[in-house]
Amino acid sequence: MPEIPEDLQYSVEHEWVRGDVSAGSVVTVGITAYAADALGDVVYVEAPQVGATVVAGQVCGELESTKAVSELYSPVSGTVAEVNPALESAPDLINSDVYGEGWIFTVTLAEEPSSLLDAAAYADTTA
Amino acid sequence: MSTDTSPLHAEHIADGATMVDFAGWQMPMRYEGDIAEHQAVRTAAGLFDLSHMGELMVRGADAAAALDYAFVGQMSRVPLWGAKYTMMCAPDGGVIDDVIVYRRDWDHFMVVANAANRDVVLSQLRSRIHEGGFEATIDDETHEIALIAIQGPAAESITASMCELGAEDIGAMKYYKASNVLLEGGIHAFAARTGYTGEDGFELFVPADQARAVWRLAMERGDAAGLTPCGLASRDSLRLEAGMPLYGRELSHDTNPFEAGLGRVVAFGREGGPDRGDFVGRAALERARDEGAQKVLVGLAGDGRRSPRTGYPVTDADDHQIGIVTSGAPSPTLGHPIAMAYVPPRLAEIGTEVVVDVRGRREPMRVVALPFYTRGG
Repeated sequence: MPEIPEDLQYSVEHEWVRGDVSAGSVVTVGITAYAADALGDVVYVEAPQVGATVVAGQVCGELESTKAVSELYSPVSGTVAEVNPALESAPDLINSDVYGEGWIFTVTLAEEPSSLLDAAAYADTTA
Repeated sequence: MSTDTSPLHAEHIADGATMVDFAGWQMPMRYEGDIAEHQAVRTAAGLFDLSHMGELMVRGADAAAALDYAFVGQMSRVPLWGAKYTMMCAPDGGVIDDVIVYRRDWDHFMVVANAANRDVVLSQLRSRIHEGGFEATIDDETHEIALIAIQGPAAESITASMCELGAEDIGAMKYYKASNVLLEGGIHAFAARTGYTGEDGFELFVPADQARAVWRLAMERGDAAGLTPCGLASRDSLRLEAGMPLYGRELSHDTNPFEAGLGRVVAFGREGGPDRGDFVGRAALERARDEGAQKVLVGLAGDGRRSPRTGYPVTDADDHQIGIVTSGAPSPTLGHPIAMAYVPPRLAEIGTEVVVDVRGRREPMRVVALPFYTRGG
């Protein structure tokens, strides 16, 4: 059973969100262990650009493994504040530390997200 | 639909494998990670459970003649303990399956078919034996036989070290040859120097109820050499680098062997030599040979990072679709995207520049020679 930390919030597209989700605050976004397990070893991450506008539930990048490619959805709406620079040379951080060093980008929230799930509700979607 | 499980299922679960449904079988997709498994095969050795592959035994006085008729290759010319890669084609020349046929006795052959095609190969063999009036029987022994492959530069020493009888046969065995050996613990195995990774390696056909003992023996004897359990994900990336076709991707009923660049497997009989006789698909394949292929399977390589995948369009400079990608991946060994694709013959020259529509963006690729990777090369 892939790990689902209690202190994060989740999207149905298998992204996690860390941080206070009130409008104007900055949250960190990554993909879940479930999504990383499904992909296998990630070899390339195309994250949104700093300053780009992202919209909850819409595609904002892609993740590629040897076996497969999957679209990266933004779980929140806002402006991209930072992109994890370590993933350029070490995309496998997504496999080795998916909820830590494998974070993908941060977002300055335009609004408080309305459809995020807590850990228990997210676990139900992967059961 | 019921799902088959390998006799090694419990080993895979204990090893922490991520399982996947493949052609009706629960098989390991990966254990620790695809790339580490891929590299293990290129540099040391990998251990694969291929028990989903179909083993069809053809026995009888006319077994060789029956297979000559049923397949496009001339199986009667395969000597004892020899193996041959061949194809079963439809009367229209389309590929029904690609298989390896092993000769186990003068009147006994084993056909190893792809899991997804086992039923159609079995029924076609039955009907072809019947329509040719051959004296031969066919038995599907897939569930009685486990297939365990050891692939990589250390495969020979590991496989030899597992033998109670026949270690010297393993060392002396040439590519596409096979032999009966006795593994430690008194386990009978049919060992063949065949594989699907582009490396040296062996495939061990063993009784299903002794598969776990063989798996553990391999892991114990291969531990010091770096033997790593490998799943289907690394098997796919390994065979792609080696330019080997996969049925359902490069091969299908809509493709004939010439289009796939495998016309050499079709044996029409030698000029001036004895006629090899009729075989299913012969007339259509003679036409295909004489008319020339309308599409050609090529290798593509790119300098970017985004990889083509199965089904992506290949386009010319004016954005017209001219071909289709059959397999593609970021090559773990080469470090850039590679793909196989069907294109018109005029675009099949090595060095031709093409464009692949990779999820809405045009990525330049060029035609390169197959295979992408050659061992020791």
